[in-house]
Amino acid sequence: MIKTDVVIIGAGPTGLFCAHQLGIIGLKCEIVDNLDKIGGQCIELYPDKPIYDIPAVPKCTGEELTNNLIEQIKPFNFNFHLSDRVQELKNENNKWLVKTLNGKEFETPNIVIAGGVGSFEPRKFPTKSAEKYDGKSVLYSIKDKTIFKDKSVVIFGGGDSALDWAIELSNSSKVTLVHRRDEFRGTPASVQKIKELSDNNTIDLITKYSIKDVKGNGSLESVEIKSESGESKVIKADYVLGFFGLIMQLGPIAEWGLNLDKKTIPVNTENFETNKKGIFAIGDICTYPGKLKLILSGFHEGALAARGCFKYARPDEKYRFEFTTASSTIKDRLGVKE
Amino acid sequence: MAKIKYIEFNGTEHEADVANGLSVMEGAIQNDIPGIDADCGGGMSCATCHVYINDDEWFRKLPEKEMGEDDMLDQAFEPKSNSRLSCQLIVSDDLDGLTVHMPEKQV
Repeated sequence: MIKTDVVIIGAGPTGLFCAHQLGIIGLKCEIVDNLDKIGGQCIELYPDKPIYDIPAVPKCTGEELTNNLIEQIKPFNFNFHLSDRVQELKNENNKWLVKTLNGKEFETPNIVIAGGVGSFEPRKFPTKSAEKYDGKSVLYSIKDKTIFKDKSVVIFGGGDSALDWAIELSNSSKVTLVHRRDEFRGTPASVQKIKELSDNNTIDLITKYSIKDVKGNGSLESVEIKSESGESKVIKADYVLGFFGLIMQLGPIAEWGLNLDKKTIPVNTENFETNKKGIFAIGDICTYPGKLKLILSGFHEGALAARGCFKYARPDEKYRFEFTTASSTIKDRLGVKE
Repeated sequence: MAKIKYIEFNGTEHEADVANGLSVMEGAIQNDIPGIDADCGGGMSCATCHVYINDDEWFRKLPEKEMGEDDMLDQAFEPKSNSRLSCQLIVSDDLDGLTVHMPEKQV
Protein backbone atom coordinates (compact mmCIF):
# COMPACT_ATOMS: atom_id res chain seq x y z
CA MET A 1 0.00 0.00 0.00
CA ILE A 2 1.48 3.32 -1.12
CA LYS A 3 0.35 6.34 0.91
CA THR A 4 0.38 9.61 -0.98
CA ASP A 5 -1.29 13.02 -1.12
CA VAL A 6 -2.68 12.63 -4.62
CA VAL A 7 -3.11 9.91 -7.23
CA ILE A 8 -3.21 11.34 -10.74
CA ILE A 9 -4.91 9.22 -13.37
CA GLY A 10 -3.39 10.05 -16.75
CA ALA A 11 0.12 11.13 -17.70
CA GLY A 12 -0.86 13.48 -20.51
CA PRO A 13 0.11 17.16 -20.49
CA THR A 14 -2.67 18.09 -18.06
CA GLY A 15 -1.79 15.38 -15.54
CA LEU A 16 1.91 16.25 -15.80
CA PHE A 17 1.39 19.94 -15.19
CA CYS A 18 -0.97 19.23 -12.30
CA ALA A 19 1.86 17.11 -10.82
CA HIS A 20 4.14 20.12 -11.22
CA GLN A 21 1.71 22.33 -9.36
CA LEU A 22 1.38 19.75 -6.58
CA GLY A 23 5.16 19.63 -6.30
CA ILE A 24 5.35 23.40 -6.10
CA ILE A 25 2.92 23.53 -3.18
CA GLY A 26 4.69 20.70 -1.41
CA LEU A 27 2.40 17.75 -2.05
CA LYS A 28 3.37 14.29 -3.23
CA CYS A 29 1.68 12.35 -5.98
CA GLU A 30 1.72 9.07 -7.86
CA ILE A 31 0.84 9.03 -11.55
CA VAL A 32 -0.88 6.08 -13.23
CA ASP A 33 -1.26 5.67 -17.00
CA ASN A 34 -2.45 2.86 -19.18
CA LEU A 35 0.09 3.58 -21.92
CA ASP A 36 3.64 2.29 -21.64
CA LYS A 37 4.98 5.80 -22.02
CA ILE A 38 4.42 9.28 -20.62
CA GLY A 39 2.56 11.89 -22.68
CA GLY A 40 -1.01 10.71 -23.32
CA GLN A 41 -2.61 11.74 -26.61
CA CYS A 42 0.34 14.05 -27.34
CA ILE A 43 2.68 11.12 -27.57
CA GLU A 44 0.29 8.47 -28.85
CA LEU A 45 -1.74 10.38 -31.42
CA TYR A 46 0.42 13.27 -32.59
CA PRO A 47 4.06 13.10 -31.41
CA ASP A 48 5.24 14.78 -34.63
CA LYS A 49 2.39 17.20 -35.23
CA PRO A 50 3.17 20.79 -34.34
CA ILE A 51 0.99 22.50 -31.72
CA TYR A 52 0.65 26.26 -32.12
CA ASP A 53 -1.37 27.34 -29.11
CA ILE A 54 0.75 26.72 -26.05
CA PRO A 55 1.24 30.14 -24.45
CA ALA A 56 4.72 31.56 -25.09
CA VAL A 57 5.66 28.53 -27.20
CA PRO A 58 4.99 29.52 -30.82
CA LYS A 59 5.38 25.98 -32.09
CA CYS A 60 6.20 22.60 -30.58
CA THR A 61 5.38 18.96 -31.28
CA GLY A 62 3.50 16.67 -28.94
CA GLU A 63 6.75 14.94 -28.15
CA GLU A 64 8.61 18.17 -27.39
CA LEU A 65 5.80 19.36 -25.15
CA THR A 66 5.86 16.05 -23.27
CA ASN A 67 9.64 16.09 -22.86
CA ASN A 68 9.55 19.62 -21.52
CA LEU A 69 6.84 18.77 -19.02
CA ILE A 70 8.78 15.72 -17.86
CA GLU A 71 11.83 17.96 -17.44
CA GLN A 72 9.77 20.47 -15.49
CA ILE A 73 8.61 17.94 -12.88
CA LYS A 74 11.92 16.11 -12.58
CA PRO A 75 12.93 17.88 -9.32
CA PHE A 76 9.98 16.30 -7.53
CA ASN A 77 10.88 12.68 -8.37
CA PHE A 78 7.28 11.56 -8.65
CA ASN A 79 6.59 7.90 -9.41
CA PHE A 80 4.97 6.84 -12.65
CA HIS A 81 3.00 3.63 -12.86
CA LEU A 82 2.80 2.98 -16.60
CA SER A 83 1.01 0.18 -18.46
CA ASP A 84 -1.39 0.09 -15.55
CA ARG A 85 -4.93 1.30 -15.03
CA VAL A 86 -6.86 2.39 -11.96
CA GLN A 87 -9.57 -0.17 -11.66
CA GLU A 88 -11.31 0.36 -8.36
CA LEU A 89 -11.96 3.19 -5.91
CA LYS A 90 -13.28 2.79 -2.40
CA ASN A 91 -13.82 5.46 0.23
CA GLU A 92 -12.85 4.62 3.79
CA ASN A 93 -12.66 7.22 6.58
CA ASN A 94 -12.33 10.10 4.14
CA LYS A 95 -9.48 8.38 2.32
CA TRP A 96 -9.65 6.87 -1.10
CA LEU A 97 -8.34 3.36 -1.53
CA VAL A 98 -7.22 2.94 -5.10
CA LYS A 99 -6.54 -0.40 -6.78
CA THR A 100 -4.92 -0.88 -10.17
CA LEU A 101 -5.20 -3.64 -12.72
CA ASN A 102 -1.68 -4.81 -11.88
CA GLY A 103 -2.59 -5.06 -8.22
CA LYS A 104 -1.00 -1.86 -6.91
CA GLU A 105 -2.78 -0.16 -4.02
CA PHE A 106 -2.74 3.47 -2.96
CA GLU A 107 -4.22 5.31 0.00
CA THR A 108 -4.86 8.97 -0.70
CA PRO A 109 -7.21 11.81 0.25
CA ASN A 110 -7.21 13.04 -3.37
CA ILE A 111 -7.61 11.63 -6.84
CA VAL A 112 -7.14 13.80 -9.91
CA ILE A 113 -8.64 12.32 -13.05
CA ALA A 114 -6.74 13.68 -16.04
CA GLY A 115 -7.84 10.87 -18.27
CA GLY A 116 -8.40 12.66 -21.59
CA VAL A 117 -10.97 10.73 -23.58
CA GLY A 118 -10.18 7.53 -21.73
CA SER A 119 -7.41 5.01 -21.72
CA PHE A 120 -5.82 3.75 -24.89
CA GLU A 121 -6.58 0.15 -25.64
CA PRO A 122 -6.04 -1.95 -28.72
CA ARG A 123 -8.97 -2.09 -31.11
CA LYS A 124 -10.23 -5.64 -31.10
CA PHE A 125 -11.81 -7.81 -33.78
CA PRO A 126 -15.49 -7.02 -34.26
CA THR A 127 -16.35 -10.73 -34.34
CA LYS A 128 -17.94 -12.07 -31.17
CA SER A 129 -16.35 -15.47 -31.65
CA ALA A 130 -12.89 -13.94 -31.23
CA GLU A 131 -13.60 -13.02 -27.60
CA LYS A 132 -13.46 -16.65 -26.51
CA TYR A 133 -9.82 -16.86 -27.55
CA ASP A 134 -8.83 -13.36 -26.45
CA GLY A 135 -5.47 -13.38 -24.72
CA LYS A 136 -4.86 -17.04 -25.59
CA SER A 137 -4.74 -17.47 -29.35
CA VAL A 138 -6.32 -14.19 -30.46
CA LEU A 139 -3.81 -11.49 -29.54
CA TYR A 140 -3.46 -7.73 -29.97
CA SER A 141 0.10 -7.41 -28.73
CA ILE A 142 3.03 -9.77 -28.46
CA LYS A 143 4.90 -10.42 -25.26
CA ASP A 144 6.67 -13.65 -26.11
CA LYS A 145 7.32 -14.35 -29.77
CA THR A 146 8.66 -17.86 -29.15
CA ILE A 147 5.10 -19.20 -28.79
CA PHE A 148 4.63 -18.77 -32.56
CA LYS A 149 7.50 -21.03 -33.59
CA ASP A 150 6.38 -23.48 -36.28
CA LYS A 151 2.76 -22.35 -35.90
CA SER A 152 0.29 -20.92 -38.41
CA VAL A 153 -0.16 -17.25 -37.63
CA VAL A 154 -2.72 -15.03 -39.36
CA ILE A 155 -2.00 -11.32 -38.95
CA PHE A 156 -4.56 -8.57 -39.66
CA GLY A 157 -3.69 -4.94 -40.26
CA GLY A 158 -1.78 -2.62 -42.59
CA GLY A 159 0.35 -0.51 -40.29
CA ASP A 160 3.86 -0.93 -39.01
CA SER A 161 2.95 -3.28 -36.16
CA ALA A 162 1.25 -5.70 -38.55
CA LEU A 163 4.01 -5.49 -41.16
CA ASP A 164 6.90 -5.69 -38.71
CA TRP A 165 5.48 -8.74 -36.97
CA ALA A 166 4.66 -10.40 -40.30
CA ILE A 167 8.29 -9.91 -41.36
CA GLU A 168 9.72 -10.98 -38.01
CA LEU A 169 7.55 -14.07 -37.58
CA SER A 170 8.00 -15.20 -41.18
CA ASN A 171 11.40 -16.61 -40.13
CA SER A 172 9.93 -19.26 -37.91
CA SER A 173 6.17 -19.40 -38.51
CA LYS A 174 3.71 -19.87 -41.35
CA VAL A 175 2.49 -16.30 -41.74
CA THR A 176 -0.59 -15.02 -43.54
CA LEU A 177 -1.07 -11.25 -43.65
CA VAL A 178 -4.61 -9.99 -44.29
CA HIS A 179 -5.44 -6.35 -44.95
CA ARG A 180 -8.65 -4.61 -45.99
CA ARG A 181 -7.11 -2.74 -48.96
CA ASP A 182 -4.12 -2.89 -51.32
CA GLU A 183 -2.25 0.02 -49.77
CA PHE A 184 -0.39 -0.22 -46.50
CA ARG A 185 0.29 2.60 -44.10
CA GLY A 186 3.56 1.10 -42.83
CA THR A 187 6.95 2.56 -43.68
CA PRO A 188 7.89 2.11 -47.36
CA ALA A 189 10.81 -0.21 -46.50
CA SER A 190 8.51 -2.57 -44.60
CA VAL A 191 5.90 -2.48 -47.35
CA GLN A 192 8.64 -3.33 -49.87
CA LYS A 193 9.86 -6.22 -47.70
CA ILE A 194 6.33 -7.60 -47.34
CA LYS A 195 5.91 -7.57 -51.13
CA GLU A 196 9.20 -9.43 -51.54
CA LEU A 197 8.24 -12.04 -48.95
CA SER A 198 4.91 -12.46 -50.70
CA ASP A 199 6.52 -12.73 -54.16
CA ASN A 200 8.83 -15.50 -53.01
CA ASN A 201 6.00 -17.23 -51.14
CA THR A 202 7.52 -16.84 -47.70
CA ILE A 203 4.27 -15.30 -46.52
CA ASP A 204 0.72 -15.37 -47.86
CA LEU A 205 -0.52 -11.87 -48.53
CA ILE A 206 -4.28 -11.45 -48.85
CA THR A 207 -5.69 -7.99 -49.44
CA LYS A 208 -9.24 -6.65 -49.66
CA TYR A 209 -10.37 -9.14 -47.06
CA SER A 210 -11.34 -8.73 -43.43
CA ILE A 211 -12.13 -11.10 -40.59
CA LYS A 212 -15.47 -12.89 -40.57
CA ASP A 213 -15.20 -15.54 -37.93
CA VAL A 214 -12.76 -17.58 -35.89
CA LYS A 215 -13.37 -21.27 -35.49
CA GLY A 216 -12.13 -23.94 -33.17
CA ASN A 217 -13.08 -26.66 -30.85
CA GLY A 218 -11.60 -25.71 -27.54
CA SER A 219 -8.47 -24.45 -29.22
CA LEU A 220 -8.36 -22.19 -32.24
CA GLU A 221 -8.27 -24.01 -35.57
CA SER A 222 -9.02 -21.56 -38.35
CA VAL A 223 -10.08 -18.09 -39.26
CA GLU A 224 -12.66 -17.24 -41.90
CA ILE A 225 -12.16 -14.06 -43.90
CA LYS A 226 -14.53 -12.22 -46.21
CA SER A 227 -14.25 -9.81 -49.08
CA GLU A 228 -16.69 -6.95 -49.49
CA SER A 229 -18.38 -8.68 -52.39
CA GLY A 230 -19.15 -11.63 -50.14
CA GLU A 231 -16.47 -14.17 -51.04
CA SER A 232 -14.98 -16.00 -48.11
CA LYS A 233 -11.93 -18.10 -47.39
CA VAL A 234 -10.93 -20.27 -44.48
CA ILE A 235 -7.31 -20.22 -43.33
CA LYS A 236 -5.76 -22.62 -40.86
CA ALA A 237 -4.63 -20.68 -37.81
CA ASP A 238 -3.03 -21.49 -34.48
CA TYR A 239 -2.84 -17.80 -33.66
CA VAL A 240 -4.68 -14.75 -34.94
CA LEU A 241 -3.11 -11.33 -34.39
CA GLY A 242 -4.91 -8.02 -34.87
CA PHE A 243 -3.10 -4.70 -35.20
CA PHE A 244 -5.70 -2.00 -35.77
CA GLY A 245 -4.21 0.74 -33.66
CA LEU A 246 -5.51 2.00 -30.35
CA ILE A 247 -8.91 3.29 -29.37
CA MET A 248 -9.83 5.32 -26.32
CA GLN A 249 -12.14 3.73 -23.77
CA LEU A 250 -13.44 5.41 -20.66
CA GLY A 251 -13.28 2.09 -18.85
CA PRO A 252 -13.83 1.88 -15.07
CA ILE A 253 -14.11 5.70 -14.67
CA ALA A 254 -17.68 5.33 -15.92
CA GLU A 255 -18.52 3.27 -12.83
CA TRP A 256 -17.41 5.68 -10.12
CA GLY A 257 -20.69 7.59 -9.79
CA LEU A 258 -19.37 10.87 -11.20
CA ASN A 259 -22.60 11.96 -12.96
CA LEU A 260 -21.08 11.50 -16.40
CA ASP A 261 -22.35 13.73 -19.18
CA LYS A 262 -21.52 12.27 -22.62
CA LYS A 263 -18.28 10.66 -21.45
CA THR A 264 -17.21 13.81 -19.56
CA ILE A 265 -17.23 14.57 -15.84
CA PRO A 266 -18.98 17.72 -14.56
CA VAL A 267 -16.84 19.77 -12.17
CA ASN A 268 -17.05 23.10 -10.40
CA THR A 269 -14.66 25.71 -11.73
CA GLU A 270 -13.38 26.81 -8.34
CA ASN A 271 -11.22 23.75 -7.75
CA PHE A 272 -12.33 21.23 -10.39
CA GLU A 273 -13.76 18.88 -7.81
CA THR A 274 -16.41 16.45 -9.01
CA ASN A 275 -19.56 15.51 -7.13
CA LYS A 276 -17.37 13.23 -4.98
CA LYS A 277 -15.29 14.82 -2.26
CA GLY A 278 -11.59 14.46 -3.02
CA ILE A 279 -12.06 13.43 -6.65
CA PHE A 280 -11.07 16.11 -9.13
CA ALA A 281 -11.26 16.04 -12.93
CA ILE A 282 -9.17 18.17 -15.28
CA GLY A 283 -8.37 18.36 -18.98
CA ASP A 284 -10.44 16.90 -21.81
CA ILE A 285 -12.36 14.63 -19.47
CA CYS A 286 -13.97 17.42 -17.41
CA THR A 287 -16.87 19.63 -18.44
CA TYR A 288 -18.29 22.94 -17.20
CA PRO A 289 -19.95 25.93 -18.86
CA GLY A 290 -17.52 27.40 -21.36
CA LYS A 291 -15.14 24.42 -21.34
CA LEU A 292 -12.51 24.48 -24.07
CA LYS A 293 -10.61 21.32 -24.88
CA LEU A 294 -7.27 23.07 -25.08
CA ILE A 295 -4.02 22.02 -23.44
CA LEU A 296 -3.69 25.49 -21.93
CA SER A 297 -7.11 25.13 -20.26
CA GLY A 298 -5.95 21.81 -18.83
CA PHE A 299 -2.92 23.55 -17.30
CA HIS A 300 -5.14 26.10 -15.58
CA GLU A 301 -7.49 23.40 -14.36
CA GLY A 302 -4.56 21.41 -12.97
CA ALA A 303 -3.23 24.42 -11.06
CA LEU A 304 -6.57 24.99 -9.35
CA ALA A 305 -7.20 21.30 -8.69
CA ALA A 306 -3.79 21.11 -6.99
CA ARG A 307 -4.86 23.80 -4.52
CA GLY A 308 -8.11 21.91 -4.02
CA CYS A 309 -6.08 18.82 -3.11
CA PHE A 310 -4.06 20.79 -0.55
CA LYS A 311 -7.12 21.26 1.64
CA TYR A 312 -7.63 17.51 2.10
CA ALA A 313 -3.96 16.55 2.17
CA ARG A 314 -3.02 19.12 4.82
CA PRO A 315 -6.27 19.76 6.71
CA ASP A 316 -4.44 21.46 9.57
CA GLU A 317 -2.44 23.85 7.41
CA LYS A 318 -3.55 26.96 5.65
CA TYR A 319 -2.54 27.16 2.01
CA ARG A 320 -0.37 30.14 1.29
CA PHE A 321 -0.09 31.51 -2.22
CA GLU A 322 3.49 32.06 -3.37
CA PHE A 323 5.27 32.99 -6.59
CA THR A 324 8.06 30.78 -7.95
CA THR A 325 10.09 33.93 -8.62
CA ALA A 326 10.08 34.95 -4.98
CA SER A 327 9.54 31.97 -2.69
CA SER A 328 12.63 30.35 -1.20
CA THR A 329 10.49 27.38 -0.11
CA ILE A 330 9.50 26.73 -3.70
CA LYS A 331 13.08 27.15 -4.87
CA ASP A 332 14.13 24.54 -2.32
CA ARG A 333 11.47 22.18 -3.63
CA LEU A 334 12.75 22.74 -7.15
CA GLY A 335 16.33 22.21 -6.00
CA VAL A 336 17.30 25.60 -7.43
CA LYS A 337 20.47 27.10 -6.03
CA GLU A 338 21.09 30.81 -6.24
CA MET B 1 -26.11 25.24 -46.08
CA ALA B 2 -26.86 21.61 -46.79
CA LYS B 3 -29.43 19.17 -45.51
CA ILE B 4 -27.57 16.09 -44.31
CA LYS B 5 -29.29 12.87 -43.39
CA TYR B 6 -27.65 10.73 -40.72
CA ILE B 7 -28.89 7.17 -40.36
CA GLU B 8 -27.97 5.23 -37.25
CA PHE B 9 -27.07 1.55 -37.47
CA ASN B 10 -30.48 0.65 -36.05
CA GLY B 11 -32.19 2.59 -38.85
CA THR B 12 -33.13 5.73 -36.88
CA GLU B 13 -32.93 8.72 -39.20
CA HIS B 14 -31.91 12.25 -38.30
CA GLU B 15 -31.83 15.28 -40.55
CA ALA B 16 -29.86 18.42 -39.91
CA ASP B 17 -29.25 21.68 -41.71
CA VAL B 18 -25.52 22.09 -41.54
CA ALA B 19 -23.85 25.41 -42.31
CA ASN B 20 -21.23 25.60 -45.03
CA GLY B 21 -17.72 25.20 -43.71
CA LEU B 22 -18.63 22.86 -40.89
CA SER B 23 -17.80 19.18 -41.23
CA VAL B 24 -20.43 16.47 -41.46
CA MET B 25 -19.06 15.31 -38.08
CA GLU B 26 -19.64 18.75 -36.52
CA GLY B 27 -23.16 18.75 -37.95
CA ALA B 28 -23.88 15.59 -35.99
CA ILE B 29 -22.22 16.73 -32.75
CA GLN B 30 -23.90 20.16 -32.75
CA ASN B 31 -27.29 18.60 -33.32
CA ASP B 32 -26.83 15.89 -30.67
CA ILE B 33 -27.13 13.14 -33.24
CA PRO B 34 -25.88 9.89 -31.71
CA GLY B 35 -23.56 7.44 -33.46
CA ILE B 36 -20.60 9.72 -34.14
CA ASP B 37 -18.12 10.04 -31.26
CA ALA B 38 -15.35 12.24 -32.72
CA ASP B 39 -13.01 11.58 -29.79
CA CYS B 40 -10.14 13.62 -31.22
CA GLY B 41 -12.37 16.55 -32.12
CA GLY B 42 -11.77 16.55 -35.86
CA GLY B 43 -8.00 16.20 -36.04
CA MET B 44 -8.03 13.03 -38.16
CA SER B 45 -6.26 11.38 -35.25
CA CYS B 46 -8.84 8.78 -34.32
CA ALA B 47 -11.42 6.90 -36.32
CA THR B 48 -14.52 7.52 -34.27
CA CYS B 49 -16.48 9.68 -36.73
CA HIS B 50 -16.56 6.88 -39.27
CA VAL B 51 -19.53 6.75 -41.68
CA TYR B 52 -20.51 4.82 -44.79
CA ILE B 53 -21.67 6.52 -47.97
CA ASN B 54 -23.95 3.83 -49.32
CA ASP B 55 -24.95 5.72 -52.45
CA ASP B 56 -22.24 5.13 -55.08
CA GLU B 57 -22.96 8.35 -56.91
CA TRP B 58 -22.62 10.39 -53.73
CA PHE B 59 -19.45 8.56 -52.77
CA ARG B 60 -17.84 9.53 -56.08
CA LYS B 61 -19.11 13.09 -55.83
CA LEU B 62 -17.45 13.74 -52.46
CA PRO B 63 -14.03 15.40 -52.37
CA GLU B 64 -11.36 12.71 -52.56
CA LYS B 65 -9.73 11.38 -49.43
CA GLU B 66 -6.60 13.21 -48.43
CA MET B 67 -3.45 11.42 -47.42
CA GLY B 68 -3.93 9.79 -44.08
CA GLU B 69 -7.69 9.31 -44.12
CA ASP B 70 -7.49 5.74 -45.38
CA ASP B 71 -4.72 5.02 -42.87
CA MET B 72 -7.01 6.19 -40.11
CA LEU B 73 -9.91 4.20 -41.56
CA ASP B 74 -7.79 1.04 -41.26
CA GLN B 75 -8.24 1.55 -37.55
CA ALA B 76 -12.00 2.08 -37.67
CA PHE B 77 -14.68 -0.41 -36.71
CA GLU B 78 -15.57 -2.48 -39.83
CA PRO B 79 -14.22 -0.17 -42.53
CA LYS B 80 -15.42 -0.76 -46.08
CA SER B 81 -14.53 0.71 -49.45
CA ASN B 82 -17.33 3.27 -49.04
CA SER B 83 -16.09 4.39 -45.62
CA ARG B 84 -15.24 8.01 -44.87
CA LEU B 85 -14.27 9.99 -41.81
CA SER B 86 -17.07 12.52 -41.39
CA CYS B 87 -14.65 15.11 -39.96
CA GLN B 88 -13.05 15.27 -43.40
CA LEU B 89 -16.31 15.99 -45.24
CA ILE B 90 -16.66 19.74 -45.30
CA VAL B 91 -20.20 20.93 -45.93
CA SER B 92 -21.01 23.14 -48.91
CA ASP B 93 -24.18 23.65 -50.94
CA ASP B 94 -22.95 20.77 -53.12
CA LEU B 95 -23.49 18.36 -50.24
CA ASP B 96 -27.20 19.18 -49.93
CA GLY B 97 -29.08 15.89 -49.74
CA LEU B 98 -26.13 13.74 -48.65
CA THR B 99 -26.99 10.67 -46.59
CA VAL B 100 -24.45 9.04 -44.31
CA HIS B 101 -24.87 5.72 -42.53
CA MET B 102 -23.24 5.07 -39.17
CA PRO B 103 -21.42 1.86 -38.36
CA GLU B 104 -22.66 -0.43 -35.59
CA LYS B 105 -20.25 1.32 -33.22
CA GLN B 106 -17.30 3.66 -33.28
CA VAL B 107 -15.05 2.11 -30.64
